Amino acid sequence: MADLPVLRLERLAKRYRPDRPAIFEGLDLSLNPGEYLAIMGESGVGKSTLLNLLAGLDRPDSGSVVLEGQDLSALDDDATTLLRRRSIGFVFQAFHVLPYLTVEQNVGLPLELLGVGETERRRRAMEMLAAVGIGALATRLPRELSGGEVQRIAIGRALIHRPRLVLADEPTGNLDPHSAAQTLALLRDQVKANAGAGILITHSRAAAETADRILVLDGRGLTALGPRQ
Amino acid sequence: MNARAPTPGAGRVWRILLLSQLREQPGRLLTTVIAIALGVALAASVYLVNAAALGEFTQATKRLVGEAGIVVRGPREGFAEELFVRLARDPRIAIASPVLELDAALPGRRDPLKIVGLDPLRAGALQPALIGDIGANLLEFLGGGGLYLSAAAAETLGLHRGDRLQVTVGDRTKSLRVLGVLSPDTYSQPLGLMDIAAAQWTFERLGRLNRVDLSLPAGTDVEDFRRSLSSTLPPGVLAIAPRVERDRAVTVTRAYRVNLNMLALVALWTGAFLVFSTQSLSVLRRRKSLALLRALGVTRGQLQRALIGEGAGLGAVGAVLGVIAGVLIAAAILRFLNGDVGSGSLHVIGASLRAAPASLFAFFAIGTTVAALGAWMPARSAAHQPPARALKGGDDLDYGGLAKSAARVGLALLVSGGGIACLPPVHNLPIFGYAAVALLLFGAILLVPTLTVGVLRRAPRTGRVVFDTAIAQLRENVGLSTLSLSSIIVSFSLMVAMAIMVYSFRNSFENWLGKVLPADIQLRVPFGNDTAYLPPELQAKLAALPASARVEFRRTRQIQLDAARASVTLIARDLLPGRIGEQLPLLRTAASPPPPGLPPAWVSEALQDLYGYRLGEKLDLPLGGRRVGFYVAGVWRDYARNTGTIVIDRAVYVAATGDRDATEASIWLRPGADPAAAVDAVRATFARPDAFEVMTSSVVRERSLQIFDRAFAITYALEAIAVLIGLTGISFAASSTALARRAEFGMLRHIGMLRRQVVGLLADEGILLSVFGVIYGLALGGILSLVLVYVINRQSFNWSIDLAVPYWQLGVVSIALIAAAAVTAIWSGRAAVAEDAVRAVREDW
Repeated sequence: MADLPVLRLERLAKRYRPDRPAIFEGLDLSLNPGEYLAIMGESGVGKSTLLNLLAGLDRPDSGSVVLEGQDLSALDDDATTLLRRRSIGFVFQAFHVLPYLTVEQNVGLPLELLGVGETERRRRAMEMLAAVGIGALATRLPRELSGGEVQRIAIGRALIHRPRLVLADEPTGNLDPHSAAQTLALLRDQVKANAGAGILITHSRAAAETADRILVLDGRGLTALGPRQ
Repeated sequence: MNARAPTPGAGRVWRILLLSQLREQPGRLLTTVIAIALGVALAASVYLVNAAALGEFTQATKRLVGEAGIVVRGPREGFAEELFVRLARDPRIAIASPVLELDAALPGRRDPLKIVGLDPLRAGALQPALIGDIGANLLEFLGGGGLYLSAAAAETLGLHRGDRLQVTVGDRTKSLRVLGVLSPDTYSQPLGLMDIAAAQWTFERLGRLNRVDLSLPAGTDVEDFRRSLSSTLPPGVLAIAPRVERDRAVTVTRAYRVNLNMLALVALWTGAFLVFSTQSLSVLRRRKSLALLRALGVTRGQLQRALIGEGAGLGAVGAVLGVIAGVLIAAAILRFLNGDVGSGSLHVIGASLRAAPASLFAFFAIGTTVAALGAWMPARSAAHQPPARALKGGDDLDYGGLAKSAARVGLALLVSGGGIACLPPVHNLPIFGYAAVALLLFGAILLVPTLTVGVLRRAPRTGRVVFDTAIAQLRENVGLSTLSLSSIIVSFSLMVAMAIMVYSFRNSFENWLGKVLPADIQLRVPFGNDTAYLPPELQAKLAALPASARVEFRRTRQIQLDAARASVTLIARDLLPGRIGEQLPLLRTAASPPPPGLPPAWVSEALQDLYGYRLGEKLDLPLGGRRVGFYVAGVWRDYARNTGTIVIDRAVYVAATGDRDATEASIWLRPGADPAAAVDAVRATFARPDAFEVMTSSVVRERSLQIFDRAFAITYALEAIAVLIGLTGISFAASSTALARRAEFGMLRHIGMLRRQVVGLLADEGILLSVFGVIYGLALGGILSLVLVYVINRQSFNWSIDLAVPYWQLGVVSIALIAAAAVTAIWSGRAAVAEDAVRAVREDW
């Protein structure tokens, strides 16, 4: 399994309406374990659509998304959800943490969904909180924290169950430059530390440069930009 | 930006808000409007029907009394006509007009016909409108043997001029010729008009009158004269002002009407709570937009006024629809049910709707005002929310501080409610009882946030992600949770209280029936008539029937103890010495036996309440033209009459009056006798088999319960409407919160929560909330039922009932309500997750 790509896209195509041109078509991509990839592109080019296809939240018009050897198009909604629960972690631009759960409960939510017992769940949640630097805030509610701290909750939640793939969609879009830099570094380090692969969708060249490689999505498809120019 | 730049006025803000609401949630607005419309329609229709029926009663009484300045009224069986002679000769009196007023029993018909026998020559001056139609046929009218029927009576009885009307006198039937039919304008209710001499002859009341109408010369102080006249009248004969005569019918039905109005208002108040909860949810949902308006320069006052205006606008539309619907419903009730909305006491024929613009406007204003009041608190909260905090988003309105002060006010209201429930009635109306219900209700609602937090804080974690998340959500969003609950708690607790009251009443009524109907067969003259009776010969025949083991005879009469009150029922019955407890549902007895020479009397609770008689006191009754003293030996429960009843020994009654006739009989059969055959044998003793009502006790019991259930049918209907409005509130709350939380559900779907788990999360929340609401509603309803049973019912109808709880029915309704709330939550949840999870998460970007 270790040698198999975590994610593979084959001739992927998507259009919003049949009478409109495709947003993209013929996309191929392979993402190996431990690899951290940034995808850049202008607004409206289909970055978020691509992310949704990767997560099984949307269906391609043609081509396939293979996650951990499983073709997502062959799975029904429940099976896709269970695969996502187990194998994917998400970080959103708008954070999306549950305001009525404590920091520790928010981070432990994926483990709760996976049926991990409370003691183990709390232990791992505290470890993760320490790893993302907010161990002292475990019992606080999200509304009591700053934007950067809330995004750390989201990162902890995305990684706590050691997913094979972390998808981050503009994770620093709502943060100030200092917090953004800290968050990007944390995200990269944690993806690497948990031995998964990650895809960062971003507008920002600076953010993209924290990745191992950068691809640009445009009308022609995915084009490599080259590392750290 | 210029700090003094013009900002949009409240009117414009109101238009922006309402129009955007209308675009976004037309269904919610429509249902809120319908809820207000329903409440207004119910309240308006009940009011209009009662106003029309009472107007008709008053009009009819006015026609009968005419221009009389004073009405001298005696007992139904009358007084010697020498009194009339004395009054006619009194130089201080301009005109004295003798009247014999009777409710005549008609064979085979349940309702008696009111017969007024008068001297047309004297009555012409006092009641010109009433006898105007007779003028041309005066000689025929004076000839005797006939009567004029009002148009309503002719129509009801299917009679025309020249036909014959059968009336029961004693146990025999007499026939009267219909001399003509009065025009419908003369008198709108059923009535027979006779010459007084003919009436006395026909109904065997020779030398007896029961009313004399007096007209006094101009300049006489009527009230002064009435008082001086009263002191000279024989016992049981009263001089009454016509206004008191007219108001009596109104007074008798007042308690029932007020109760009905209160019930209709419940639906309206539930509608107001619905506006409160939906407006609060709507404000929560729009908090960012509202904060943006504040940031753009809309002042706090403008925003508050605009949001209150939004609620008032919905209320105004609902109120207009409600007033229109109320008028239509009232017209239908008057047209098809003759104004009877359940009690039977307001039955009138041909009453016309009197929809005064002022009263219609009042209902419009009430509907609009309660909706505005419902919108006031959420509007205030929204206007006082710091814009910066709301714009940042993700935060609930600050209900924490509000909850604490609300709990303090709530406790104060509960204590006050409990205190004023103990106060006595005002003009025989349980005003403080109603106020206590309102205070307890509002107080309990204000305690909900604090109690919800308390309960949810103690909820243990189960390890089930869906359930635990549901608990956490409810705990942290106590404002939302409370709002969802308020309308259903209000309607459900009132429903519980009403259900307990009605069940208790029915239970007590059934037990009472068992006590008052111990015999196998019941026989009685048609209810409320003055002409049919069982003469001694017939009594002897009944007692001698082979199937009869024992027969108890009763003589029921109406006596007037107070001119302003309805008459009191006197029951003279064959009593078993020392066994009164077996014959009457006694509640209390005097500590000591009657003193020598003072026979015992047992009074109903109503008599005790209305006239203040106490155990062991002396009670004077007008019998046989003199006052006879009795000893109040006990208080008993009488559900048949709520204006006062007195039971005395028939032997004492016969000795005082010489009247050996009876109006009712209870027959115990010999062992093995066939009840149906015995009923036939009883009927065979009558001159006409349908002269009297004869039924086995089981049939009487069954019919009595049917009448009881019919009387409360409208109560059940109003309760159902209130609960429906409450459920609508839950439905709005569920759909609004589900919509507001789409992004949250989207995130949960992203991290691997199954669609059905998200729906389950909402279902759990719905069930938890409704279980709390139902338990709280049951407890609150239980407390309110105590006020209904021991205060409102007692003070309205002057009879007590024993508390009984319909556990089974309440259990079923509670489960149905929880299930309905769960279904609503699931339905809302499905709608929320049907929304593309991806779009939901991105909506806030």
